[in-house]
Amino acid sequence: MTLAPEKSEVEVPEGHVKLVIDGFEVVAPKGELLIRTAERLGIVVPRFCDHPLLEPAGACRQCLVEVEMGGRPMPKPQASCTMTVADGMVVKTQLTSPVADKAQQGVMELLLINHPLDCPICDKGGECPLQNQALKHGRSDSRFHEHKRTFPKPLPISTQVLLDRERCVLCQRCTRFSAQIAGDPFIELLERGSQQQIGVAEGKPFQSYFSGNTIQICPVGALTSAAYRFRARPFDLISTPSVCEHCSSGCAERTDWRRGKVQRKLAGDDPEVNEEWICDKGRFAFRYATAGDRFTRPLVRDAESGELRETSWTEALQVAATGLAAARDAKGVGVLTGGRLTVEDAYAYAKFARVALKTNDVDFRARAHSAEELEFLTSTVLGTTPDNGGVTFTAIEAAPAVLCVAFEPEEEAPIVFLRLRKAARKKTKVFHLGQYTSPAVEKTFGTLLACVPGGEPAALNALEEHAADVTEALRGSGSVILVGERAAEVPGLFSAVARLAASTGAKVAWIPRRAGERGALEVGAVPNLLPGGRLVSDAAARSEVENAWGLVAGTLPTRAGRDTNGILVAAASGALDALVVAGVDPFDLPDPGLAQRALEFAGFVVSLELRPSAATAHADVVLPIAPAVEKSGSYLNWEGRRRDFGTTLEGTGALPDCRVLDTLAVEMDADLFTQTPAAAAADLDRLGSNVAEASAPTVSAPLLVQPTAGQAVLATWRRMLDNGSLQDEEPNLAGTARPVVAKVSAATAVHLGLDLGADITVSTERGSVTLPVEVADLPDGVVWLPGNSGPVTVRRNLVAGHGSLVAVAVSDGPSAEKSASDRGGNA
Amino acid sequence: MGMFDPIKGFGVTFSTMFKKVVTEEYPEVKKVTAPRFHGRHQLNRHPDGLEKCVGCELCAWACPADAIFVEGGDNTDDARYSPGERFGADYQINYLRCIGCGLCIEACPTRSLTMTNEYELADDDRQKLIFTKEDLLAPLLPGMEQPPHPMRLGDNEQDYYVNGPALARDLLAGSSQGQSNAESAVKGAGK
Repeated sequence: MTLAPEKSEVEVPEGHVKLVIDGFEVVAPKGELLIRTAERLGIVVPRFCDHPLLEPAGACRQCLVEVEMGGRPMPKPQASCTMTVADGMVVKTQLTSPVADKAQQGVMELLLINHPLDCPICDKGGECPLQNQALKHGRSDSRFHEHKRTFPKPLPISTQVLLDRERCVLCQRCTRFSAQIAGDPFIELLERGSQQQIGVAEGKPFQSYFSGNTIQICPVGALTSAAYRFRARPFDLISTPSVCEHCSSGCAERTDWRRGKVQRKLAGDDPEVNEEWICDKGRFAFRYATAGDRFTRPLVRDAESGELRETSWTEALQVAATGLAAARDAKGVGVLTGGRLTVEDAYAYAKFARVALKTNDVDFRARAHSAEELEFLTSTVLGTTPDNGGVTFTAIEAAPAVLCVAFEPEEEAPIVFLRLRKAARKKTKVFHLGQYTSPAVEKTFGTLLACVPGGEPAALNALEEHAADVTEALRGSGSVILVGERAAEVPGLFSAVARLAASTGAKVAWIPRRAGERGALEVGAVPNLLPGGRLVSDAAARSEVENAWGLVAGTLPTRAGRDTNGILVAAASGALDALVVAGVDPFDLPDPGLAQRALEFAGFVVSLELRPSAATAHADVVLPIAPAVEKSGSYLNWEGRRRDFGTTLEGTGALPDCRVLDTLAVEMDADLFTQTPAAAAADLDRLGSNVAEASAPTVSAPLLVQPTAGQAVLATWRRMLDNGSLQDEEPNLAGTARPVVAKVSAATAVHLGLDLGADITVSTERGSVTLPVEVADLPDGVVWLPGNSGPVTVRRNLVAGHGSLVAVAVSDGPSAEKSASDRGGNA
Repeated sequence: MGMFDPIKGFGVTFSTMFKKVVTEEYPEVKKVTAPRFHGRHQLNRHPDGLEKCVGCELCAWACPADAIFVEGGDNTDDARYSPGERFGADYQINYLRCIGCGLCIEACPTRSLTMTNEYELADDDRQKLIFTKEDLLAPLLPGMEQPPHPMRLGDNEQDYYVNGPALARDLLAGSSQGQSNAESAVKGAGK
């Protein structure tokens, strides 16, 4: 029994109103929806269509309440999800009003007329808002005895999402999500009256990178996941909060698992980062960790047979330690960590390189990179966090203008794309410095600043002259420049970005593609930095680290090390004796041949891997490590925000990298104190950060090489769903990848004599690839290829990158799409 | 001490000789249980042999002893185990935990899970007391066919749930006229 509150003069702030809900006086900001005000009071009004992140629709009518305005009751119960608060309103919900309660029961009865009684076979059963609310607010029996309307089911609207129209209550959450949040209006309401249903256009599947969210927000079992179909019930599942390991956004997730196996992932609720959405890769790509070829035992190359054989940890670590110690005392060891490590693991690599291997030859960048990039990262990115004024998701949303430079938000950081779109729907102007009007440009209502690949620095430098409105917008307080991974392939671009930021006052954020890159930078898994942003070349910083690590003064190497390319060149030419490789695929690197030669000619290779990779074939010791779900740790997302997560699957026996390296270091008479991720984090905290001051790079862009007849400049970037090895074992997910096509401008097609119906062959002297071609608004003389999709792996097929010159011709053979059978396994 | 005291001492013994014997001759003579005795479970079949279990896990949900494990599966056109979309791909009852309360059979929406009167549930191996689907499925009766096979009684699951028994009678009547599966099944069982 609730008691009426004592009469009190509640202060009503400016822009607020006072109303009464179920006898409670409440102050609410103007424009707030009744249902939310009630929720703040702890009064839950049943609802289906209402979602706090979607615009109100009033579609399901379940949230009816009785409303009185100025002493006069409204003639009928009102939908509280569409009605905003007003001064002096008196609202009675189902808790105090028999009218509202009866209205809600009536709506529920109507919703259930055609809803099948197939809860036992429905995946939503047990976590179904309709089921729960029917029990709570519905009648105990139905007065309708007619046959229910039926549809064939389930209808796959994409390879991931199955639609069951019988169960649908037409709340339109999915269509509103697609239209408002993701901007992929492929799912719509069709027909009218009792035949009204959700559907997709004929022959056009529901192709969206965010389609999994519609499954999660569906309040009934109308949209279900093909991958999770009939896997489990909510009461079987143990839900563990986790952080997505795919891109650098660091989305909060909920991992549901049963009997030691992850069954599904759901979006977590983190308003600062991913709100309530995640991309399909984050949601569906997790089975790589249970692939059959995963390493479970350490492997050592048998001296006699030359084959890898399973062995004990003791022997493997001893062999690895002996080999690495010998190499360290000879010409040295290089460490390639890959970009997918947790902060703790990356720290262990950084410390292992310095303490056990006595070298600065460590680099996390398993992709195209440059010295200019490192200078830029050191001067501009290092040490920025949400706490010290770094760019954040909310800053993007509030920015008057955002310029994306060499960054494809939808493909490389989908949650950043969602924020950009959300911002653009309000007032933010979005500019994209890229090559063509990609879906992301359209969906962020962006302006494309098109340029030839390699011409980005020149375009930025000339921005003031040719597009004064852009620089004008960027001068607005809080404007943001987002730089992507691809910028490292364009010499002079980082310098131009730094210059533009300095001249306009816009803030800069670097958004890498992989989850571990930002963390690896901060903990010193780079040749020029020690953990905590300290410069290797700074003697004071070195002694600070030596002190914290308990080393004898002067033990840390004083010269900056080699970067990934330098390490590979040195290993291939015999200037390094050994390599420690973790999560590096040669086909991610600008010169895969060099990487393979390096692995082949390095005297001793230790590979820390989850599953077989290119390094395995040349490895002398393979040490199995734990995937993200089997370890704890944290990622540093692109904002510099620490995203801690605990172990989801306990007791699998898989060891995180930091533990393996700690034990390996002990074998080499060095102590890392990184036995567990918690210990590593504590050790890193003890060291603290002391971010070095550095100046931005000032590299001038080289002159562009003009394509000759039959040639074009290659523009390329990776798509979200491609051949990445973390998407292995997920056929449903792969089914929604975008089609593999090349793109050229209409004029270029004419110029090169391309027939748009036919396939084209793009080639360099190192190789070629054949695929269908499509017209896009690229600059003339440019051809675009997906980076690593289907049969096209630009690095493998062409040994080329963004800005390379390639030959383009009409294909005379069968399309690679049809003939190629090998798939690259690049991460 | 009286004269008849030794005989008195046998009084109870003698009187018992004329009463009905309560000793059971188990296992030589097996006791017939009450008809609704809660014995070992059984997973029933539709008249054509398809499984009634849809893998909904309501039994596992209802089980107070957490003795039941179920995992659903997706029926495909190539491999159909039950009418409709879903079937129980994995079904286990742990008789070390089962308390025979019968809540599971009350929860079952398809009458797939029932209890038989079989009570001999003892073993010397704990592993053997975890009964799997193979142990629990009802035997194939005449006219039944081992799944996976297509739906024989109708076009969809509605036919099974609404008109199942009638359709089954038709099926049996139709097949007994011309040397049918049903008859051969009976003969097979006879051998």
